[in-house]
Amino acid sequence: MIEIDVNGKKHNVDATEDTPLLWIVREQLGLTGSKFGCGMAQCGACTMHLEGEAVRSCITPLSRAKGKKIVTIEGLDKSLSEPIQKAWIEKDVPQCGYCQSGQVMSAAVLLRENPKPTDEDIDNAMAGNICRCGTYQRIREAIHIAAKSI
Amino acid sequence: MLDEVKLKRRSFLKTGAITFGGLVLGFQIPMACSKKQGMNLKDIAYHAPNAFIKIGTDESVTIIANHSELGQGIYTSLCQLIAEELEVDWDKIKVEHAPIDPAYNHTQMGPIQATGSSISALSEWTRMRQVGAAARMMLIDAAAQTWGISPSDCSVEKGVVKGNGKSLTYGQLAEKASELEAPDLESIALKDPKDFKVVGKPIKRLDTKIKTNGEAMFGMDASVPNMLVAVIARPPAFGGKVKSFDANTALAIDGVKHVIEIDRGIAIVADGFWNAKKGRDALKVEWSSGTNGNLDTPKQSLAFAKELQSVGRQAEERGNLKEGFGKASKVFESEFEFPYLAHAPMEPMNCLADVKEDSCDIYIGTQMPTFDMLTASHYAGVAPEKIKVNNHYVGGGFGRKSVLDGHIVSEAVQVSKAVGLPIKVIWTREDDIRGGYYRPKALCKVKAAIDENGNPIAWEHHIVCQSFVRGTALEQMLVHDDIDHLAVEGVVHTPYNLPNFKLLWHETPNEIPCLWMRGVGHSFNAFTVETMIDQLAEAAGEDEYSFRKKLLKDDPRSIETLELAISKSKWGQTLPSGHVLGLAIHSSYGSCVAFVVEVSLENQWPKVHHVTAAIDCGPYINPDAVKAQIEGSAIFGITSAYYGELTLKEGAIEQSNFHNYKMLRMHETPFVDVHIVESDKVMGGVGEPGVPPIAPAIANALYKLTGRRISKLPFDKKDFV
Amino acid sequence: MVLMVFVTVFAVNKNHEEVEKNYAFEKQLEEESKQAFLKAYKVFMHPRCVNCHPAGDAPLQGDDSHIHSQNVKRGIDGKGLYALKCSNCHQEKNIPGDNMPPGHDIWQLPPAHMKMVFEGKSPRQLAEHFMDNEFTGFVNWQEDLIHHVEHEPLVLHSWSYGTRPPLSHEEFVESLKEWIEKGAALPD
Repeated sequence: MIEIDVNGKKHNVDATEDTPLLWIVREQLGLTGSKFGCGMAQCGACTMHLEGEAVRSCITPLSRAKGKKIVTIEGLDKSLSEPIQKAWIEKDVPQCGYCQSGQVMSAAVLLRENPKPTDEDIDNAMAGNICRCGTYQRIREAIHIAAKSI
Repeated sequence: MLDEVKLKRRSFLKTGAITFGGLVLGFQIPMACSKKQGMNLKDIAYHAPNAFIKIGTDESVTIIANHSELGQGIYTSLCQLIAEELEVDWDKIKVEHAPIDPAYNHTQMGPIQATGSSISALSEWTRMRQVGAAARMMLIDAAAQTWGISPSDCSVEKGVVKGNGKSLTYGQLAEKASELEAPDLESIALKDPKDFKVVGKPIKRLDTKIKTNGEAMFGMDASVPNMLVAVIARPPAFGGKVKSFDANTALAIDGVKHVIEIDRGIAIVADGFWNAKKGRDALKVEWSSGTNGNLDTPKQSLAFAKELQSVGRQAEERGNLKEGFGKASKVFESEFEFPYLAHAPMEPMNCLADVKEDSCDIYIGTQMPTFDMLTASHYAGVAPEKIKVNNHYVGGGFGRKSVLDGHIVSEAVQVSKAVGLPIKVIWTREDDIRGGYYRPKALCKVKAAIDENGNPIAWEHHIVCQSFVRGTALEQMLVHDDIDHLAVEGVVHTPYNLPNFKLLWHETPNEIPCLWMRGVGHSFNAFTVETMIDQLAEAAGEDEYSFRKKLLKDDPRSIETLELAISKSKWGQTLPSGHVLGLAIHSSYGSCVAFVVEVSLENQWPKVHHVTAAIDCGPYINPDAVKAQIEGSAIFGITSAYYGELTLKEGAIEQSNFHNYKMLRMHETPFVDVHIVESDKVMGGVGEPGVPPIAPAIANALYKLTGRRISKLPFDKKDFV
Repeated sequence: MVLMVFVTVFAVNKNHEEVEKNYAFEKQLEEESKQAFLKAYKVFMHPRCVNCHPAGDAPLQGDDSHIHSQNVKRGIDGKGLYALKCSNCHQEKNIPGDNMPPGHDIWQLPPAHMKMVFEGKSPRQLAEHFMDNEFTGFVNWQEDLIHHVEHEPLVLHSWSYGTRPPLSHEEFVESLKEWIEKGAALPD
């Protein structure tokens, strides 16, 4: 049994240490907001925060997550999730929505570290998250909107 | 004119309140009408009864969506149609995915429940408004009866019926309304479009909140008690088969429970995805390479080139080609090559099947529930009416989740049946990229000429590609006179005035499985036509805009779209140094889209700075949804033009994941500025028509920068050195 | 007189020969030094090395040294920016599997104040840079450079994944040592 701290709650999980955090969170904890898209840190759909950083949980082994503070889309702090969600609604950002948890988690780190991001800052933060529906321009606009209320 | 879209089959509205305390209203379609010759859909019975709308005594309004939500916003659009007539508070509306029932069949595609071909809005344009209106009429009737007054003395607003100085809410009336007879379709008067308050307005999507907080449930997120997860080892070469395998190495992995051979490969069943995948990595299996084991891209390209020399089958002919070329002052001949493309939706394919003794539950995000049900029935050995398809949000489809052979469902059903437990099959991204069902490879050739006045005088067009609908349930619908419409669409019946015209299709064998991908045949045919038109314009000494306008003058839709795109763009203005504009226009799925793109070269690669788009899709339900689709289509098309290429080696695809089958990312994305032609023409689609014209618009711009015509996609760095 | 002149001439000739010999020896040393650097240069310019010493502010990837697909940027400390910090994907160890993110305890580009660009540099330029403590941040460039290539974990890590550099790590270190010992000659 390995203890992990997800969204402020401690869980004992039964898995080998090489198991990616993504599958522990999705299959054992039942938190399905973080998505599987590529399994090789290419698409960002699985993005979670580990000690505040936007790690790709599909390649983050349990051994790395052990004893660290993990936050998923379901547990993102309201100070960030609320303005981001409001902006996403205002711009009607999501289409299929599958990548959006990851987009929100990446945007949250950007806005936490840079409350007034430029377009270039957004490129530098968000290019690790693929959206096949092509909602990028709305994500960009929504980040600017969210920045105004953070 | 709009209401010409009628339900094609005899159908009637029916109320029901069997297990639901409230009004349930839907269409009931007689069984005999759900069959169509040649569709292989015989002997199907369905669950019943089913509804489009449920009004609860708790004031809830639930709309049952019969089309799948893939991101195109159809759930919101369907609700807008119903809400327009129902007069209900928008915030009260909830959506449920429809189960399978003939009542939910498409009104345009035949007796199937399906989402695709950019035609869901047209399918429901009349029907959903009728449902909303019928429910409103019944709720008013219920109030009128309660108060003993005439329905005509009642008024309704935001879910409250008023009359005789009293008021009752829909929730309060739901029970009583459910006991009333539904009105005849003929007696339902729909609103005049000019009175619309909800339809045609940029109403916010209903699913944004749950798609930003992790709550939205996609097929991948489904689970049931005792479920195991399977990963399938499939033959690397298309057409390959299992020769032999040793299950022990896989079974030695922690958590691996079963190793089962199925028709499409070997399933490794474990307690979760990771262990199943580790089991697959450990599995020792020997494959036979099958008939396509020698297939590789250079060889295949040679075969296509050879096929181009064949006579071909004539898809369309106008005038006399020979006479046309006889009057030519300049003749151009170009060949165009297009690769296989993978849809690569962000949600990899998956399916959860729970096969029980005499029933089977399917959990999936699908564009094609009917075929999934038939597949499940076949493999589970259970009658169709005992199959329950639980549809989910679809994490991107683009056609990939609209499969004709049911292969996604078939794997899960086979494994579940063998194991006796619910099984979720998960595809890895590598499985997706290498697993087939691609946009077909194509080779096209155009020989075209202008006369001495600079007018096109002859156009000979060849298309070499396969027909993936051959041998499927949809062959009869899509192949006519031995011509697959999907191969020639976008060239056949072109709105361009091209006299002395001949279109030939050269069919290649179905060596690897292909499928419709967003834009389908238009995705390559528009490129051929639109870059060729640019070439002719240049030869005629005319600018691309006026040349197109001249050739499209008989098609008002094209003209209005073209004019709007040009007027909103920087056409004719001074651009930053090194920047040029490119133009393309294409009609598909009943709509017309034009793009003006601003392009430069940066680090020997095209940089698209800005895209101006115009679309005429006729009447629209939600203008913001239209814009979103065109924005997304542009990105989808640029991705293909920049990066989209799958290559074969020894019968297998060489690419595997997003590192070598790349997607456009945030920093490469231009701003797409979309404008809609206000139009009362026939309703067209919006999900796909934006894809075909984007790549040729960029190619036409690039020609101005390099002086070279692009005749092969994706773009090649060598073209810009 | 005749004899003296002869002797003198002889002596002069002998001295000249010595000088010539010395000169040839130095020339040879210099040539060997240059050759040693050119050998090591192949490693410096190999994707495993140059990918993290790019000309721009984005790391390079793969054997074709393309710009990192995810638009990762150097940042002030060389450790990336925002949601794209190097260590978000590049962890303590290489993730097993083809094309998976390699990793190490430290995984970064040179920081913004000292970018140590290799990409696009000729052998001569690179050799000159190594002698410039402003470029490297070294104190005693010869000792520090050898120590860096011999012991720096991130340098050693270049031989642990993907297409390996064309020399073994030992050969690489030996080449650099040889370059310095033979006079750190600047390649032409």
